[in-house]
Amino acid sequence: MEGRVFILFLMRWRNVLSTSALLLMLTMPLLAVAQEAQSPLAPTDAPIIEPEVERKEIIDAKIDTEDFEVGFFGGMYSTEDFGTNSVIGATFAYHVTEDFFFQLAAGETETQPSSVERLGFFDILNDDERTLQYYNLSLGYNILPGEAFVTSNWAFYTAFYLIGGIGNTHFAGQDNFTINFGAGFRFVATDWMALHVDMRDHIFDLDILGEELTTHNLELTMGLTFFF
Amino acid sequence: MWIFYSQAASADEDLVRLQVSEPFIELHTGPGRGFPVFHVVERHDWIDILKRRTDWFRVRTEDGKEGWAYIEQMEQTLALPGKRTEFAQVKQEDFLQRSYEFGAMAGDFEGAAMMTIYAGINMSRNLSAELELSQASGTFSNSFLLSANILSNPFPHWRVSPFFSLGGGVLRNEPKGTFVQSQATEDATASVGFGFRAYLTRRFVFRAEAKEVVTFIDEKNNGEFFEWKAGFSFFF
Repeated sequence: MEGRVFILFLMRWRNVLSTSALLLMLTMPLLAVAQEAQSPLAPTDAPIIEPEVERKEIIDAKIDTEDFEVGFFGGMYSTEDFGTNSVIGATFAYHVTEDFFFQLAAGETETQPSSVERLGFFDILNDDERTLQYYNLSLGYNILPGEAFVTSNWAFYTAFYLIGGIGNTHFAGQDNFTINFGAGFRFVATDWMALHVDMRDHIFDLDILGEELTTHNLELTMGLTFFF
Repeated sequence: MWIFYSQAASADEDLVRLQVSEPFIELHTGPGRGFPVFHVVERHDWIDILKRRTDWFRVRTEDGKEGWAYIEQMEQTLALPGKRTEFAQVKQEDFLQRSYEFGAMAGDFEGAAMMTIYAGINMSRNLSAELELSQASGTFSNSFLLSANILSNPFPHWRVSPFFSLGGGVLRNEPKGTFVQSQATEDATASVGFGFRAYLTRRFVFRAEAKEVVTFIDEKNNGEFFEWKAGFSFFF
């Protein structure tokens, strides 16, 4: 009898784990607090740190930091088997270092009847389902930063970047997990404004006729962004 | 720390003005290590800081030349004699002092691709509260999970710091696909999880976690889901 209980107990190992996790959760903070209490800061530490904090605030508050980039774009989005149509959207980016940036993007495009519908068999989608909307979060890498020269004294800085990430595409009344990757070119026209040309492949599985198919949806856009 | 602000007749803006105290600093044509150096500002000359982009500063010399200088050089060469300048660089110590944390993660929710965004508030170094919204797209259904979680962080000083979580929320399940006809359902959930945060650089943290989610379908039935996810968060 007891052996059986033990086996059942083992079979529910996940619950055991959960219980242990709970116990740990409840006890760990107490331990940590106790540790902190046992190691009081040496009183001489305080004056050394304080002036540094003050002086950072004075200098940095006066400097205009521009690591964010917000903008909009327009172009073409090719929905596999549903035609190529105009797309519009918006982006928001944060430049972590001179090399890396994170970008949030969202866009919307209309689609055309698929080949099945054009041949006149039946309508697959209603009007609402024909609109495709997507959003994604991507990581970009400025792989080829450079300068573009107009004259010998007039140059703009530019970057060719690789970008890829994940997101969601809402199409045909379904939400589909989407992977995107591509490349783009950033032309910094003034200190606060940039032009972008961006090529992206959006890959998602679409199940419209009862069979799941992986679709590649290519997008070519131009955009205008502002640093702030 | 002594800083002299711009008092030059030409500059009407309130810019930070500093003096070069080491032999020279280099001005690049763009905000990146590869851009060529086109000018050198010598010791005792003054420069105005116009703006900062990541770790590069756009500066203007007294004779009106504008270029980009790197933070390391700015810190080593600019100040009054004997005093070095320091600019804000977010470091691991700031991660310990964070008040808010935001992030996005991707992973797997019982076989379905999952995406999560969340926002958290730090109540102490060991305890934080978070609100998280997830979307899981599976073959047959689409799920939205909204939950509130309490996170316990026993070792906040570790660079890779583990945490435990307890949460509760709502799971909304919408069937998808053309030939599946059924109603969307909404159930209350409870979860227990384990994960870790790893400080990367600046404001960025890598985070991964696994969770056991239980849904209360009715009085007799519970649903059990296992999820794991990983992603990046940033803090303020």
